[in-house]
Amino acid sequence: MEETRVVLHKAGEFLPTSSLEYEAVGGYAGLRKAAADPDQIVDVIKASGLRGRGGAGFPTGLKMSFTKGAVADQKYVVCNADEGEPGTNKDRVIMEEVPHRLIEGMIIAALAVGADQGYIYLRAEYPHVKKVLEKALEDARTHGFLGRDIMGSGFDFDIQLFIGAGAYVCGEETALLDSLEGKRGEPRFKPPFPGVAGLWGKPTLVNNVETLANLPAIMVNGPEWFRSMGTESFPGTKLFTLSGNVNNRGVYEFPVGVTIRQLFEEVGGGCPDGRRLYAIQTGGASGNIIPASLLDTPMDQESCDKVGATFGAGDLMFMDETCCLLDVLENLAEFFVKESCGKCTPCREGNPQLLHLVQKFRRGKAQDGDLDLLIELGSAMTIGCLCGLGQMAPNPILSVVRFFPQVFAVNNVYVRGAS
Amino acid sequence: MTNSIAEVVDADAVLVIGSNTTEAHPVIGAQIRQAVGRGAKLVVAEPREIPLAQDADIFLKIKPGTNIALLNGLMHVIIAEGLYDREYVENRTEGFAELQEVVEDYPPERVAEICGIDPEDLKAAARLYAKAEKAPIFYAMGVTQHSSGTAGVMSIANLALLCGKIGKYGCGVNPLRGQNNVQGACDMGCLPGDYTGYQKVANPEARAKFEKAWGVKLPEQPGLTVTEAVQAIEDGKVRCLYIMGENPLLSDPNLNHTEEMFKKLDFLIVQDIFLTETAELADVVLPAACFAEKDGTFTNTERRVQRIRRAVPAPGEARADWEIVQEVMLRLGYENQADSPEEILAEIASLTPSYGGISFDRLEREQPQWPCPSPDHPGTPILHVGRFSRGERALFKPAHYLPAAEQPDDEYPLILTTGRILYHYHTRTMTGRNEDLNRISGRSFVEINPADAAKWGIESGARVKVESRRGEVVVDALVTDRVDAGVIFMPFHFGDGAANRLTNDVLDPTAKIPEYKVCAARVERY
Amino acid sequence: MVSLTIDGRPVKVKKGTTILEACEFLGIDIPTFCHLKQLKAEGSCRMCVVEVEGARNLQISCATPCAEGMQVHTRTERVVSFRRLVIELLLANHDTNCFSCPATGRCKLYQYAMEYGVEHSRFAKYKPHHPKDESSEFFNYDPSKCILCRRCVRVCNNLQANHTLSLKNRGPDTWVGLPFDKLFKDSNCVSCGNCVSVCPTGALTAKAGKSYRIWEVTKTRTTCPYCGVGCQMDLLVKDGQVVGVEPAEGGANPGILCVKGKWAYHFVNHPDRLTTPLIRRDGELQPATWDEALDYVTQGIQKIKEESGPDAIAGFASARATNEENYLFMKMMRAAVGTNNVDHCARL
Ligand SMILES: Cc1cc2nc3c(=O)[nH]c(=O)nc-3n(C[C@H](O)[C@H](O)[C@H](O)COP(=O)(O)O)c2cc1C
Ligand code: SF4
Ligand code: SF4
Ligand code: SF4
Repeated sequence: MEETRVVLHKAGEFLPTSSLEYEAVGGYAGLRKAAADPDQIVDVIKASGLRGRGGAGFPTGLKMSFTKGAVADQKYVVCNADEGEPGTNKDRVIMEEVPHRLIEGMIIAALAVGADQGYIYLRAEYPHVKKVLEKALEDARTHGFLGRDIMGSGFDFDIQLFIGAGAYVCGEETALLDSLEGKRGEPRFKPPFPGVAGLWGKPTLVNNVETLANLPAIMVNGPEWFRSMGTESFPGTKLFTLSGNVNNRGVYEFPVGVTIRQLFEEVGGGCPDGRRLYAIQTGGASGNIIPASLLDTPMDQESCDKVGATFGAGDLMFMDETCCLLDVLENLAEFFVKESCGKCTPCREGNPQLLHLVQKFRRGKAQDGDLDLLIELGSAMTIGCLCGLGQMAPNPILSVVRFFPQVFAVNNVYVRGAS
Repeated sequence: MTNSIAEVVDADAVLVIGSNTTEAHPVIGAQIRQAVGRGAKLVVAEPREIPLAQDADIFLKIKPGTNIALLNGLMHVIIAEGLYDREYVENRTEGFAELQEVVEDYPPERVAEICGIDPEDLKAAARLYAKAEKAPIFYAMGVTQHSSGTAGVMSIANLALLCGKIGKYGCGVNPLRGQNNVQGACDMGCLPGDYTGYQKVANPEARAKFEKAWGVKLPEQPGLTVTEAVQAIEDGKVRCLYIMGENPLLSDPNLNHTEEMFKKLDFLIVQDIFLTETAELADVVLPAACFAEKDGTFTNTERRVQRIRRAVPAPGEARADWEIVQEVMLRLGYENQADSPEEILAEIASLTPSYGGISFDRLEREQPQWPCPSPDHPGTPILHVGRFSRGERALFKPAHYLPAAEQPDDEYPLILTTGRILYHYHTRTMTGRNEDLNRISGRSFVEINPADAAKWGIESGARVKVESRRGEVVVDALVTDRVDAGVIFMPFHFGDGAANRLTNDVLDPTAKIPEYKVCAARVERY
Repeated sequence: MVSLTIDGRPVKVKKGTTILEACEFLGIDIPTFCHLKQLKAEGSCRMCVVEVEGARNLQISCATPCAEGMQVHTRTERVVSFRRLVIELLLANHDTNCFSCPATGRCKLYQYAMEYGVEHSRFAKYKPHHPKDESSEFFNYDPSKCILCRRCVRVCNNLQANHTLSLKNRGPDTWVGLPFDKLFKDSNCVSCGNCVSVCPTGALTAKAGKSYRIWEVTKTRTTCPYCGVGCQMDLLVKDGQVVGVEPAEGGANPGILCVKGKWAYHFVNHPDRLTTPLIRRDGELQPATWDEALDYVTQGIQKIKEESGPDAIAGFASARATNEENYLFMKMMRAAVGTNNVDHCARL
């Protein structure tokens, strides 16, 4: 199946760090168009129906309009490039292969909201991306895309690269801002939302790498064109990361709404060694685990919500018949114990208890009542934790309870995954 | 204080001079630090590297006794660079020309020389203060306890006026009172020339008002201040002292002299909660109740009137000061009408315009700041808004820098300065009775710079003799660069090793405050 | 103004009012661990959650502003079982030897556990506890009692602005500690005790804290007798003795005190207090009755007044006595003695 490359347009066909070569394949045209009439950028983005690619799917134009409308002496644009989700690689691909598209997107966003300083908060584990971005940023400065009076527009904007603190939760936008401010990265209570009071209390537009990298093409081709791809409620393309027991792992760009089966069979080439697909974790480490029977679910937010899958940032991890779901859950629970920032009680104290309970099942030591407690705790966390990490950490467990109840056996019985 | 304490957390810049705020007024110090945490700039001018110096953007480690030169220097820079508030100076002040003339003589280089600081720091401090929109000045005894203390206070007011920072939120000149109710004692007319609310004894109208209210003829001549009264014992003019709740035998300067004087008295009455150094010399000692055992009000440094309430019974036969005074008055043939703190406050309110709206009843609900002339008046968080007490305009009262009365010489080569530490209060009658505090800090000490320590062969922890022209004490040495070479520091809290056996009792001519902060001294190993 | 209903009761509040404040106004009790009125809500303990119609998740009342038409329910099944779970989670790793805990009676964990019917936790204990620190002269720190409400850390950093306490490690390993794992006595701690005052459990407690249980004491609001800031505070009194001091919120003090205000109250009940009048007889101060002493005082004053006139007498009032007492003292000097020789010793 052919990819639809919007964000990754011509990726791999030119020198990523060179703005000259990027321009040769149509780069920075969106910026020129945007700079001609900065005031209407937000309307164009609103009309395009673009939604955030960082996981929450918030309408980008609307978010921009909050920051644009806020009155302040200083505004910021922050690119969330923390990509902490295990097994996700899409932002990395964008930054490595088309860094100028991200830079262009950030400039457009800054023009739209009236910011003159930008930050890229980059995941610490991406040293190579750091080098590429540094080079690209320097190149953009040399060619007058960044700095004072960009392309003679009278508009100043520069971008600083900030290397993250190495914590998954720092991908959460408010924790990210605290971390940028040099504090212990912990989520803040919202409201106020960053768009109104963000970095150092100033209005701050925080967007995912992929979201920002979509802006140039929308400016060039217009909202109608963008809406012609994807679904009605979630237009455009999406970068999907395929991982796990699948032959062709990698990052692929397709219109939103492509089915999991298409991605699994036609793009991914099925499970290795002809093994049977058993389960799929959708939407990243905190996404729901669904059975192979739901393979025909289209990857868009609405359809995912309907069947109990997670759209998230477009991750799909495939598990074949050899895999043990309790092993998977144990690993995931360990991950959340490690990544909880420790600020709020239910997440800090709840995740270790989730892990403990999963381990009991995993070791065949579970007793009557343990499953109820697991469900009670998991459900409570989803409705009562401070940030998305704690709220979504129980998702894998609760979805396995829903779709694979047989694995939670009590009284010295251990049910090994697919068996 | 012209302004309220809580305003400081909103400040853009804070100027602290002659105040070791985090130790002497810790809760204000904490709020200054909160302001710094929120981005306010901090300028600290002090002879010692006090804890707040570490939070300062600019720390001016000035030689003791050079405040006025510093303040004039700041004003010099502000005028020279055109940073002063022209409109305010024109519309709300008088005497700018005279001020200009005086501060003309204080260019940064000269001031830097006098104060022992970097002229660039002085300039930076001047700019910071002048340019900030909300910038309060805090000062304490480091400004007042000098022979030129009054001039120091005036100079601070000059600086604030020059920058239009009086009568404005988040600004003002803010003296920090040392003891809990200094403000109240002054407000209540415990001053030789004033009745309550600073109504002057010398003013016949005021006198007539009090004569009418109290039903007696009142003396016309203003009386003696504490220090003058002690001097007057010498020539037999004062023969009897009645001291209520104070311990001058540790807090007065030149203690040896004070002690001699007290011994010369014919009759000494001391009323206190403990047998203090002073009480031990008394002819009669009256046991008093402490703050936890009685009702009444205190007025804090921001002019806020607040209640104290009886929580426990007084020990033994001890009685509240007001009850004792009431009894003495009765026996002297004067019968008071008011018969409880509540009624006394009502009497005060009826005679004192600034306290007119304050009553026990109201204090249950709110604690207004005076002036609060009537029950429906909200109180006055900020003084001089739009108008000064003397009228539309405030008068600049410029003063030249005069060196402290006693300068170091060959015989006494060091400057001794005194102050408070965090863990004790005043003469330790209260804090000295807390063993935990004593374990942290139980003995008097002297801070001395490593260079001086080396010169006199002194090690940290060693016992040293500190001497001035008035006396000598033996204390522990603390070798530290918190003080510069040539300067030593002692806390005044301790009876054993009392700093005030050394201090100079020369007075500020107006406020009659002794020069506790500077005298010449020498140290040697003991 | 915005109008909303809470537990079916309509209420109108100023814009920006939180649900918690509105509940307080209505007298609806909401449990909190981390809430500190003086500081911006942090929303970390999650005890104060309520149900807001239309919201998928529970909302924390301490930080959520009231909105027009909001319908709030403070005690739904979901809310109550969530709170119970939070208590159970905290209890799992809490050292529950409440008998010997100085906080018994005032411990919020204990109080809410009772209120929400939690007698034991269904969760496993998994945390090793950090060692106790009893090095401060005034208070003890027992991390096994800490529920990580972070009030102490916020008070120390944001109100006292002293930066002694901080959060160490992350996630479940988070604990409250000092830089470089120092002891309090070796740190920059100024012993203000404000962290102790706000600790809702037995983690930070006054060394003298075991001498009373909270139900044995009465509280009296008063003004600190030390410096001129005039902090407001509550004296804790048991059997006629001051056994502790808690900060109150006053115009000058945002609910904090300094080392003197918080801890230096022992002088009140000190055996050195003067309990009877003394008259010097044969060169010695000897006990006397009030009548003797007062007569002695007045006779002395009158004698000197007759011999040398009223100006031979001077009175020093006190910067530590009350306004009323100072007023009366100066009135005595002026109206009864007849001199203006009245001053106070407070130039120091
Ligand atoms: C625990 C947690 C981790 C997150 N990590 C990331 C991340 O790595 N990258 C990202 O773009 N958004 C992440 N988010 C989402 C951000 O909070 C935020 O929604 C996003 O940056 C907004 O950008 P968008 O609107 O462009 O999607 C995370 C959220 C949570 C709760
Ligand atoms: S949910 Fe977890 S990660 Fe989020 S604030 Fe609470 S403790 Fe931190
Ligand atoms: S006593 Fe004061 S300074 Fe010390 S840790 Fe507690 S709050 Fe911080
Ligand atoms: S020590 Fe007390 S105040 Fe501090 S976090 Fe623990 S429970 Fe809260």
